[in-house]
Amino acid sequence: MSQSEIAITVNGTERRAEVEDRLLLVDFLREHLGLTGTHVGCDTSQCGACTVILDGQAVKSCTVLAVMAEGAEIRTIEGLAEGESLHPMQEAFCTHHALQCGFCTPGMIMAAVNLVDRHGPDVDAETVRHQLEGNLCRCTGYHNIVKAVLAAAGAQRTPAE
Amino acid sequence: MMYPFSYHRARTLDEARAYFEGGEDAAYLSGGHSLLPTMKNRLAAPDRLVHLAAIPELRGITRAGDRLSIGAAETHAAVAASPEVRGAIPALAALAGSIGDPQVRHRGTIGGSLANNDPAADYPAAALALDAVIETSERAISADNFFQGMFTTALDEGEIITRVTFTVPDSAGYAKMRNPASRYALAASFVARRPGGVRLAITGAGNNGVFRWSEAEAALATRFERGALAGLALDPGDMMSDMHADARYRAHLCAVASAEAVGHQGKLTLL
Repeated sequence: MSQSEIAITVNGTERRAEVEDRLLLVDFLREHLGLTGTHVGCDTSQCGACTVILDGQAVKSCTVLAVMAEGAEIRTIEGLAEGESLHPMQEAFCTHHALQCGFCTPGMIMAAVNLVDRHGPDVDAETVRHQLEGNLCRCTGYHNIVKAVLAAAGAQRTPAE
Repeated sequence: MMYPFSYHRARTLDEARAYFEGGEDAAYLSGGHSLLPTMKNRLAAPDRLVHLAAIPELRGITRAGDRLSIGAAETHAAVAASPEVRGAIPALAALAGSIGDPQVRHRGTIGGSLANNDPAADYPAAALALDAVIETSERAISADNFFQGMFTTALDEGEIITRVTFTVPDSAGYAKMRNPASRYALAASFVARRPGGVRLAITGAGNNGVFRWSEAEAALATRFERGALAGLALDPGDMMSDMHADARYRAHLCAVASAEAVGHQGKLTLL
């Protein structure tokens, strides 16, 4: 059984472990670190429920080996809230009823946070829809998700003086 | 859980070759977005993976005159966002931005896509139409000689793609019809207009992988407008056929996509 030593910074804390080379990043997060907010939906790179942010880019953690993430910085859904205060994207998902069963929500929120980081607070609805192509939701029909992402993006805008 | 294998991160091309040769049935790993799903399905079962992404020669995007050189480990997202690519060949940047979805584009690489030569992948059409040279750890291979049928290339065992150098055309356009579930091309056409004539490559449709439609190239060299393609047709006998699109429909889509690519140079057109 091939094993490797890895050091990955997860939500600001360096985590070291000896893992099997075949271990997927999502299983490292869920089973080794107990961060079960990152979900496994399809396990075939389609649904995006396992989306985390790796070195500033949204990725599907079911399609990255833990050893490939050696030295990387990872942000998961558990790394968004500050204490009892939800991240603005989490707040917006609540306010706009952007979830029903909630299974896709962690991946959807991580993809949304990353797209707003990349496209800025003035991102438009069409861009949001295209940027969420890698995240499937079987409940809401996406409309409220897009509303929530736009609201959270807009809240980042500096108020006009 | 995936079946067991060993993982090795190479820092140099020599190290990559040595790791590769040390395996019974080794495979190179770039972004892993074709290989890892294939392994999960047990359609491939290498005993060791040699990761190439940390090799410096496989990085960087540079333009010198009419040559645009892209490192093999550059991701689809990096190509789509590159000012050099957008300035030199906007249709190529737009093609890269239309692969898969954002998460896939953050990991998948141009070298991985070309080495895999999936018959429905986008990059092979661009490489063929833009008369690219595929540079490897051993040699330089023209795109015309590189693609040799579905999932088959001129690469020898252990050979590594290092860079892809495209010829900057006068203009180029890419049009495709996507499978709405997989996002892969059902049929797509890349049309490049160059001083020496026109090159047109079709992906997603041919039953032997990416190919040039020489009849259409000749017609467009004489008259570069969509009407020049009127009456030209591909043989459905040369097309793939599946539950998503039968051969006759694919042959039809190839002609429509080619006309759209001619009519919309400088961009990506989704049918």
